[in-house]
This record gives sequence, structure tokens and C-alpha cells, in this order.
Amino acid sequence: MSEIWAVILGLGTLTFLIRFSFLGLVGDRALPGWAMRLLRYVPVAVLPALVAPLTVWPAATGGFPDPARLIAAGVALGVGALTRSVLGAIFSGLAVLYLGLWALG
Amino acid sequence: MARSAHRRAFWRGMRDGAPFILVIAPFGLLFGVVAREAGWDMAEILAMSVVVIAGASQFTALQLMAENAPTIVVILTATAVNLRHAMYSASMATHLGAVPVWKRALVAYFLVDQTYGTAINRYTLDPGMRPGEKAAFFFGAALGTCPWWYVFSVIGAEVGAAIPAGLALDFAVPITFIALFAPALRTAPHVAAAVVAVVAALALAPLPYSFGLLIAASLGMLAGAGVELALERRR
Repeated sequence: MSEIWAVILGLGTLTFLIRFSFLGLVGDRALPGWAMRLLRYVPVAVLPALVAPLTVWPAATGGFPDPARLIAAGVALGVGALTRSVLGAIFSGLAVLYLGLWALG
Repeated sequence: MARSAHRRAFWRGMRDGAPFILVIAPFGLLFGVVAREAGWDMAEILAMSVVVIAGASQFTALQLMAENAPTIVVILTATAVNLRHAMYSASMATHLGAVPVWKRALVAYFLVDQTYGTAINRYTLDPGMRPGEKAAFFFGAALGTCPWWYVFSVIGAEVGAAIPAGLALDFAVPITFIALFAPALRTAPHVAAAVVAVVAALALAPLPYSFGLLIAASLGMLAGAGVELALERRR
């Protein structure tokens, strides 16, 4: 078997096991209160932690902070938090990004 | 009755997930292009995207293979990039624990950033949804988005490097992730979790294998839970 297929199958299997872990093992057993309390904050902890370095040090600008990208991220964050609209946040963020790239060149 | 409620939830999932095609398409294209340049054939590119469905870890694997890392190192490092999905799995288990195990396995297969974020937003907005409806919603969001990952990987491999860099498609990913969590910043604990996670992620960014992300996310969750507890005590 080639290296590529070994990577596909190995990575695929392990990734599935990670994603199935709690869904498969915990099932409908009730989790303790402290676990539920922590899990409420998964989306607002994991996604910001994922995005922060990508926003501050974008690979496309060689890892240097870029005003157009920073402003666009701020607008998406502000619009999303104020309007509660995912779509509104995406489109306003992208609009400001392209406006910024065009204006700041 | 249950069946029509499930059908409604499924279509609503498709609709809520649809905007993420905006990210999945360019990201998938890019994977196809880069894998093709690395010498992968079409079957391998398609298989990778279908079996793994995880952009960041697929790119990590390509990068390490280009550096001639040993196969086991490639697999384990690219897997580490997906460890955050364990947190998604635990979070989803609190909503979908009651559905049959084969459905939970299917949810696990499709559990990526975009489907998770879309689903958790809807579950929070509609707390009255039953587990079956929640699962149907998730499958709508998954089937509306994930197949495009396969399709655009293949298109990327076909069209090659004909995609203009000026489109700044790289930044569609952060923008849509921000759009996924921003509406959830409703309370002081949620804001605390996000602020701590961001500060820690930036401070820990030099750590390898996305350990910085995992530690930062854990600290963010602790901060959210801690503030929530403190506010409850004060009441």
C-alpha cells in the first residue's frame, strides 16, 4: 500500500474515532452538572481560539497583520454579536474585506 | 406528525448550512490544487476528502508529506489537528445522546466546524427541539455542505492553479467562523470564554500540533463556566 493511502485510511479512521468518542460512548446517560456547564462554552471557546491566530497573522500576507483583514474580522464580529445573524455577519465581513483590500491596496 | 417535523428540521438545516458553501468551495478547490501539485491522483484526492472531511488536517498531512516526514508522524500530527472535534462530540452528545447509535455514528462522520456551529446555533435558538428533530436538522446541514467539499476538491484537482490569489479566499474561513460564534456572545460568561480563548490562543500559538488551540479552548471553557458559577452564587 502506498504512503498516500496509508495516510488517508489512518487519518480517516482516527479522525472518525475522535468525532465518535463522546457521541458513541456517552449516549443518553446524563453527564454531571460540571461537565454540562463546561460544554456550554465549547463553541465560544474553540472557534475563537481557532480564528484568532488566522486573523492576526494571516498566512496570505506572510504572517504579518493586515489592516483590511483585521477590520473585516471586527465588522463580522460586531454585526454577528449585535444582529445575531450568521448570514449578516458573513456578508458584511466579506464586503468590508474586499472594500478594504481595494482601498488599502 | 413526527415525520413532517423531521422533514421540516432537515430542510431548515440545509438552509442554515447553505452559506458555508461559500467557504467550503474555495477551501476544497485549494486542497485539490495543492494535492495535485504534490503529485496525488484523482482517486487519492477524492478519497482523502471523502474519508477525512477536515480541511486543516488534510493540508497538514500534505505539508508534512512534502517534507518527507515518516508516515506515522504524518498521521498522528494531522490527527492532532482534529482533536478539537472531541469537544464538539461531547457537546453534541448532550443533544443527540438519545438517537440510535447508527445515527450518532453518521453524525460523527459529518462533525466538522461548520456543521457543528450551524447545529449548535439552532439548538440554542430552539430549545424545544426533540432529539430526532435535532438529528434531522444536523443531517440537513451536513448534506447541504459536506458533499461540496468532495466536489470542489475534485474540481480543484482538475482546474489546477487557475485561481487568482487576489480573491483573498484564504480569509473567507476566519470570517465565516467568526460569523458562527459571534451570535452566541449573549451573556457575560460567553464573552469571558471567548476573550480568554483568544488571548490564550495568541499567546500559545507557537506550540506545535495545535496544542495551543486545545489549551486555549479548555481555558476559555473554564473561564465561561467559572463566570457562570460566580454569577449564580451572587444571585
